[in-house]
Amino acid sequence: MTEQHHHDPGNITNPEHAEHHIVTPKTYGIVFATLLTFTGLTVWAAFINLGIFNPIIALAIACTKAVIVILFFMHVFFQSKLIKMTVAAGFFTFMILITMTLSDYISRAWGLW
Amino acid sequence: MDNTIVATHAQEAHAEHHVALPQHRHHFETPEQQREAGTFGMWLFLLTEIMFFGGLFFAYLLYRNWYNPAFVAASNQLSIPLGTVNTAVLITSGFFMALAVWAAEMKKKSFLVLTLVLTTVFGVVFLGVKYFEYKEKWEKHHIPGASFDISEFVNPQAYGLKEEPMSPDMAQKTQVFFSLYFAMTGMHALHMIIGVGLLLWLIPRAQRGDFSAGYVAPIENFALYWHFVDIVWIFLFPLLYLINRHPV
Repeated sequence: MTEQHHHDPGNITNPEHAEHHIVTPKTYGIVFATLLTFTGLTVWAAFINLGIFNPIIALAIACTKAVIVILFFMHVFFQSKLIKMTVAAGFFTFMILITMTLSDYISRAWGLW
Repeated sequence: MDNTIVATHAQEAHAEHHVALPQHRHHFETPEQQREAGTFGMWLFLLTEIMFFGGLFFAYLLYRNWYNPAFVAASNQLSIPLGTVNTAVLITSGFFMALAVWAAEMKKKSFLVLTLVLTTVFGVVFLGVKYFEYKEKWEKHHIPGASFDISEFVNPQAYGLKEEPMSPDMAQKTQVFFSLYFAMTGMHALHMIIGVGLLLWLIPRAQRGDFSAGYVAPIENFALYWHFVDIVWIFLFPLLYLINRHPV
């Protein structure tokens, strides 16, 4: 069954359905330990003067934690392409919201700062 | 012509995959299709939630840049030990919720009930810590409004704080920080309270055996909600508590 000839508008015989994955407690344990480690790391990093990099590091750690939660606690890593696409599209739209609104505020007093 | 083919195909699929489980809705061809549709719907709901919290995060981003000194001073009023402990508490709650999904998949009824109870307990501990944090803000008059007190920000030395004194004008802007602090942590706490309410509904159902005979969807979709609330806090914690903690 090659992909381009696979006619399944009702999403009934989708081969991805057979791949249902049960995440094991071991994986959850590793994720749990990683999240706690990153929490400690972000508190530790906050007390070091890194200038402009303080918020960047804080956000980078937060994004890493969020991605780990989404992929493993929320099972997106094991989901079908439809679900992965949906989640990615949502975050992409959120980034558009931030970028377009911010570009408005930044450009209002252009050159006056 | 096309319709005939589709109809025939659907009938065949139905005959092939038909299952008599009570949770299987008749308008879905297969349990897998039903499951994916459910997950898809849950994620669409969570995306609206991302947009909802996203507006608050954007307001934070903008005001933090406009009134940075006020945000730094006001942020330093929050307790890092309480914030860190609460982050760990919430991650632990999320861990037990993840285990609950596994328990439901493996049809382990008593382990499912245990993990759901632990999820609830850690969720309530989080809200309890939050109560004491809010109470302190109330006592120090750090809740935005008519009785907001800027004296700690105008004259920090008098309170034994190592902050730079601010002009009354900038000190007033700490109200913007606290407004966002209460709006964001408050909306987050409201989501937690709703989640605890749902858990209190899911626990007796799990006890009854509703989710230990192959019907995992309610547990799975609630877990998605609970983890989403976790993620919001994962961003709130560094943005509200850890703005500028290093010695100046």
